[in-house]
Amino acid sequence: MTLFLIRRLQQSIVVLLVMSFVVFAGVFAIGNPIDSLISPEATEQEREKAISQLGLDQPLYAQYFVFLKNVSRGELGTSFVHNRPAIKLILERLPATLELTVAALVFAIIVGIPLGLLAGLNTESLIGRGILSSSILFFSLPTFWVGLMMILLFSINLGWLPTTGRGETVEIWGIHASFLTLDGLRHLAMPAVNLGLYPLALIIRLTASGTQETIPLEYMKLAKAKGLRRRRIIFIHLLKNIMIPIVTVIGLQFSVILAFAVVTESIFAWPGMGRLIIDSINLLDRPVIVAYLLVTVVVFLIVNILVDILYSILDPRVRLGGM
Amino acid sequence: MTIYSDTILEVKDLQTHFFLREGVVKAVDGVSFRVGKGEILGIVGESGSGKSVTGFSIMGLVNKPGKVVGGHIKFRGDDLAYMSEEQLRMLRGNRMSIIFQDANVSLNPVLRIDTQMIETVLAHKDVSKDEARKISINGLKMVGIPAPDERINSYPHEFSGGMRQRLSIAMALLNEPDLIIADEPTTALDVTIQAQILYETQKLCRDRGTSLIWITHDLTVIAGLVDQVCVMYAGQIVESGPVDDVLDDPQHPYTIGLIGSIPSANTRSKKLYQIPGMAPSLLSLPEGCTFRERCQFASETCKSVPPKIILSDRRAVRCFYPKGENAAENSATISPHEEDVQ
Repeated sequence: MTLFLIRRLQQSIVVLLVMSFVVFAGVFAIGNPIDSLISPEATEQEREKAISQLGLDQPLYAQYFVFLKNVSRGELGTSFVHNRPAIKLILERLPATLELTVAALVFAIIVGIPLGLLAGLNTESLIGRGILSSSILFFSLPTFWVGLMMILLFSINLGWLPTTGRGETVEIWGIHASFLTLDGLRHLAMPAVNLGLYPLALIIRLTASGTQETIPLEYMKLAKAKGLRRRRIIFIHLLKNIMIPIVTVIGLQFSVILAFAVVTESIFAWPGMGRLIIDSINLLDRPVIVAYLLVTVVVFLIVNILVDILYSILDPRVRLGGM
Repeated sequence: MTIYSDTILEVKDLQTHFFLREGVVKAVDGVSFRVGKGEILGIVGESGSGKSVTGFSIMGLVNKPGKVVGGHIKFRGDDLAYMSEEQLRMLRGNRMSIIFQDANVSLNPVLRIDTQMIETVLAHKDVSKDEARKISINGLKMVGIPAPDERINSYPHEFSGGMRQRLSIAMALLNEPDLIIADEPTTALDVTIQAQILYETQKLCRDRGTSLIWITHDLTVIAGLVDQVCVMYAGQIVESGPVDDVLDDPQHPYTIGLIGSIPSANTRSKKLYQIPGMAPSLLSLPEGCTFRERCQFASETCKSVPPKIILSDRRAVRCFYPKGENAAENSATISPHEEDVQ
């Protein structure tokens, strides 16, 4: 286990290093941010001065090494726009996005696994077919459209839920959280469901197909032959076996949603990282973009390690070696 | 030969069909036998002869598209067809249990052995979890698993193949059932381990008076183990009787062929006998006797359904020409047994 963790950390550092270069070069290629930073009336001299002040006149590799040197001191640069450290900006907004992501996934899991089981156990029936076809709908409908429709229905027509913002928050360990207050929950509900629809569809389909594949297996037959109650056969013998692919997908989806909650956050004006990154891309605020992408990579890496550890708990045949 | 008076299981005209897109497969087509208390019955046949499906039908484990469509299964006097699902559940794993062919796939890979054993006890007995664990450890001891109180905390993949099969035997024995159905439980094992397991299963059943149905394709296994034997071919029992009688004096050409194809000291350096042809597809069985296309004695007569000839109290054969006698001279005439057809 310790060996496994050490190896994975080493690998993670390599991945981070490679990613940082790709990100840096990519952002470099997008264009020069200087035009959006200085006022249009600035003279050529002022322009030159600003460029050299920001170090934008240096070649790519020189800028990259300066960047790496700063990173090693824990600095990811200062936002051109906000004039504050980029990493601080990101980390301030990370909790809001994390909360939204976790809420979306919890929704997807709590609704998805029972529906998937129901569909997998009753493939022939109307219920099973209905669940599976509606899951295709969730896959294919664009998130932004569903978000807008939800606002139209629940906020404007019915007036049940607020349209934007996080609502009332409670501070725990220095982090603001919405899910602990009723008002916060009302604000959280719509964006979380909106963001959770895609993973919901995935989990339904995975659970259903896993169920269908597992039911005819010998050990399920033996479970029945032992005279176990149906509830136990399904929730212990079946579910524990199909959890492995589901955990993989949940792990992958977690990072994906976290990184690309952008659309939902924009629609519901959720003050998370997604909105910050959209604004930063518009203004070509390089340090923030780079910091955002690196934070996202770190989250990906952490989640992947957690998923691997979960594997070994779910499936005793998996040994955490130093692969 | 002991006389077994109390009947534990009586199967009468059992029919299990599989409804496939290509047609109806009559995997079990009119099978009848009875098993007495403490008796060991062998069911022999090639793969696809319906012997495993017979076992599954008794346990109520036939999955879609298969279905028991006819006949009666009477267990301890009660017809299983009239029982509710809950009543059947209380029988399964408790009064009757099954040992599967391959313990590598029949034990749940992600659950520990203690979980899988204790749940079997708790499903049927109103005892505490500790009590159930004790019963389980005892069960492991009985099938010869060393250090059972430690090993019970292991996962299935941490055991060797032979040990795993012992685990599933221990599980089948846990609630001291009246009947155990063993579906080729030694096929996947080494010969030495096979012999050990055969010996121990036989001993455990004898000690407790448990009835046993041993399903196998291996006649040599049957010889030293069972009391009665049924030979199955294409979903039907073609010959049945006390094991010594059937092995020493086989009546059906198929049984004769099966016994003839076992290598032995007498057949050394001679060409080994083979039954010609292959087991027919159950989707397109020949009419009349299903074996006739591979039978050296077959004639026109065999195109009608062969009679079941009762030779003695427990000995029967389903053939026009038992042992191939009278085959040649009768080949053109209509069977004298036609009115016996069942």
